[in-house]
Amino acid sequence: MRKILIIGAASAIAEATARIWAQSGDHLFLVARNQDKLESIAADLRVRGCPKVETYTMDANDFNIHTRMLDAAEQALDGLDTVLIAHGSLSDQVSCQQSVEKTLLENNTNALSAIALLTHIANRFELRKDGVILVISSVAGDRGRQSNYIYGSSKAMLTTFCSGLRQRLYKSGVSVVTIKPGFVDTPMTTEFKKGALWATPKKIAKYIVDAANKQKNIVYAPFFWQFIMLIIQHIPEAIFKRLKL
Amino acid sequence: MTDQILKSWGRIQHANQEVVSIDSRNELLIPKIPVSKTWLPYGNGRSYGDSCLNSGGVALKTGKLNRFISFDPSNGILICEAGVLLSEILNLIVPQGWFLPVTPGTRFVTVGGAIANDVHGKNHHVTGTFGSCIRSFELQRSDSQRLICSEQQNSDFFAASIGGLGLTGIIIWAEIQLRRIRSPWIEFESIRYESLAEFFDLCEESDKDYEYTVSWVDCAGTGKRLGRGLFVRGNHAPIGQGQAQYHPKIRTFPFVPPISMINSITLKAFNALYYRKQIAKKIRSIQHYQPFFYPLDEVLEWNRMYGPKGFYQYQCVVPTHVSKEATTELLKEIAKSGMGSFLAVLKLCGNKSSPGMLSFPLPGVSLALDFPNRGQVLHQLFHRLDTILAASNGRLYPAKDGRMSGSLFRQGYSRWQEFANFIDPQFSSSFWRRVMEDR
Repeated sequence: MRKILIIGAASAIAEATARIWAQSGDHLFLVARNQDKLESIAADLRVRGCPKVETYTMDANDFNIHTRMLDAAEQALDGLDTVLIAHGSLSDQVSCQQSVEKTLLENNTNALSAIALLTHIANRFELRKDGVILVISSVAGDRGRQSNYIYGSSKAMLTTFCSGLRQRLYKSGVSVVTIKPGFVDTPMTTEFKKGALWATPKKIAKYIVDAANKQKNIVYAPFFWQFIMLIIQHIPEAIFKRLKL
Repeated sequence: MTDQILKSWGRIQHANQEVVSIDSRNELLIPKIPVSKTWLPYGNGRSYGDSCLNSGGVALKTGKLNRFISFDPSNGILICEAGVLLSEILNLIVPQGWFLPVTPGTRFVTVGGAIANDVHGKNHHVTGTFGSCIRSFELQRSDSQRLICSEQQNSDFFAASIGGLGLTGIIIWAEIQLRRIRSPWIEFESIRYESLAEFFDLCEESDKDYEYTVSWVDCAGTGKRLGRGLFVRGNHAPIGQGQAQYHPKIRTFPFVPPISMINSITLKAFNALYYRKQIAKKIRSIQHYQPFFYPLDEVLEWNRMYGPKGFYQYQCVVPTHVSKEATTELLKEIAKSGMGSFLAVLKLCGNKSSPGMLSFPLPGVSLALDFPNRGQVLHQLFHRLDTILAASNGRLYPAKDGRMSGSLFRQGYSRWQEFANFIDPQFSSSFWRRVMEDR
């Protein structure tokens, strides 16, 4: 049985993951901004067999509340051994290009808030000498592209942070898993036309649960994104800058 | 919001629609959705024709409205959002000793869709339609009214929305009364019958003792072979039966073949073989509920086998007093045409009245079969079948239909005018416009 904290629990990927954990009897502490949504997700997880679900309303960009929330989670579940960081927002590239304010806000949401949370969580888990920290980054963080480099560069920061954290915590027996989903059909991406490369949140969730069980390092979800990104990363910049990606 | 091409199960009708995903039961529709176009809920797209489509309008997709709200295993009352699939409900409740009182031939339909089409199953003669196990639901209207509907409360909207084809508003959640089972297994018998007369005898003999009855009929059989088939009857098995584990083998039909795999040559051969699949007159066995109720669900996307032109299903019901004559005539006409498919089902519908104004079943016999889309010749056959149907006061099932005439619909569903009063002014569907346009 795991004691799991999920930040960004109302996201489609987090919810699908929570359903799998609920069915295996894990205890869950769900954090999201919207109280109504959290309550309906918690009720669903209880029906699916989750023995313990607690909720906490928080905006991840409220950096001051992070430790209070972590205390509440540890108290509610009598300790924590797994964390899933799943919050984020798909930045509107065009409007960010016109606004420093928007760009910084996106950066806060997708990178800095997660980094702040990870700082606290890492220190707590390091003391316990055990635990799994799962962080949802993105394939978009593997290389900046003109169509979404605001989002992509935030995720790149998160990916790089996790990579360092993984090395640091390895000796304490704490695993840091970077999840890099490709295109996922979620409310965040309703605006997009869906093609063959698109995956369901349920599919990504299976990758996350599996990665937690096997304490993997970097997980592309679905797996084929690893090959796609390998190619994209190796296109020479002189050519890459001319592409319309 | 994006425009998408939405399809229905028959793969004939396509509709270009703006798609809006409804993902929270607390959200109101109005601020989110443009009112310049008409709306229609879209669940899992398992209706065969155009009843789930609204060409040029907005599709309110309910797939993400898929949360359970509560389940009491002591009394079997389940409340869930309308986008939950029956398959997810079964996964939850069967291990806890409960089952859906009514289930259609596929478990991949949403609760909202099952209500809006008032679906029925192999136990119609005992339990009636899906609507009869619905205790209540919430109907959200385009004017932001949120109506709790049940037999006691807003009973008129309750009756209009059950079988209401999604036109009365959007169903947000529903409360379902489940039934107890003692195991996930079904004890059944399969009996070969040689004629329609024998089919009717079997129905009469079986309907009291067997909760589930259905039959496959050889739609290619002519002369002496007319109306031969296999009659299946079963009951939930008691504890201790079928201890073996069930290992489902789910496959996907991998591609759309360039032509329909069902044609006049394969049809005759397949039907003759299928009829002979059991050598004995009667076999008795035990089966897991999944292959018993949902044999077609084991091949995902089986609708592809009819090729790029898709297929129609013709499902009709004819009243009891004319059922023998009408069924014989329909089968003769179909066999003569050489069209049809091996998926032909004959089923006795019971006397239990359906709660919905536009519910399909009536006491009598229901015949359902698929037809690969062969264009004009097929429509000529449909026209001949419609004539038989109209003369015997039967009707076609909107959930399966993509072509019936408005007059046949209005003749078959005498309460359509009463129903029309409950249609939400913002809602419409390709089906509804089609059956209303020739008035």
